[in-house]
Amino acid sequence: MIGFDDVHVGDELPVLQTKAISRTTLALFAGASGDHNPMHIDIDFAQKAGMDDVFAHGMLSVAYLTRLLTGWVEQAAIKKINVRFTAITQLFAEISCSGIVKEKFERDGTKLVLLMIDAKDQNGEIKISGSAEIALN
Amino acid sequence: MLNTNDIGKVFPPVTAAVEKGRLRFFAKAIGESNPIYTDEAAAKDAGYESLPMPPSFFFSLKMDVPNPFENYEKVGASLARILHANQAFVYHQSVMAGDSLTFESHVADIYDKKAGALEFLVEKTKVSNQRGQHVADMTTTLVVRN
Repeated sequence: MIGFDDVHVGDELPVLQTKAISRTTLALFAGASGDHNPMHIDIDFAQKAGMDDVFAHGMLSVAYLTRLLTGWVEQAAIKKINVRFTAITQLFAEISCSGIVKEKFERDGTKLVLLMIDAKDQNGEIKISGSAEIALN
Repeated sequence: MLNTNDIGKVFPPVTAAVEKGRLRFFAKAIGESNPIYTDEAAAKDAGYESLPMPPSFFFSLKMDVPNPFENYEKVGASLARILHANQAFVYHQSVMAGDSLTFESHVADIYDKKAGALEFLVEKTKVSNQRGQHVADMTTTLVVRN
């Protein structure tokens, strides 16, 4: 298990590379996540709304980002996640999730690590960026 | 169009059970292969009482109602025009399969940018478990493209 002293500002988390997002990915995520917004699963609805095609749920890539974190520390260590959606994630995007240690600090006796995290597609376009706070002993 | 008079509006609370089957389906959908999220024996070996609920699943469980977008539509944010702009989670306590969560949400802010071309709706949600413990907070910001 990673300890507070094992982590240094500038350290990078192991990158999480995911498979291309298919229509099946979106259908499964719609069912499992409970987000049945037809914009993500029904091309007719998406086109009526002026889009070329369906696009991925933003929360799918957030879930990928949480896998980046739970792959690095135990889930209970995650104290905060705050992300901004900067671009729509198209079908067939291959999302990679990265994190870097920005700061180490203590708050109310808890040792915390601030990570900057992002999710990019195969062209390097950032889809989601934000931060996470991780408590470490 | 949103209306700043709706700032402070309280949405009906949602209570939903954290179910093992649903957590396994979610793990499959997000490509999670760590067995603690799907196999109860593995979760118990790792010190959990049951399958742990993954960090972003709060957002999903809150939508466990017949029409999860009704609240947004009632304040003028139609489904075809909204995008997720920002999402924050603050975690206080772990949640496991078998727990039941209650989500209490209100409209925390409404504002616009680009002379009303983009409107923003900020919803804050307090999440409690069946023992009345405050387990998490969520802040969801939606953008309405007019």
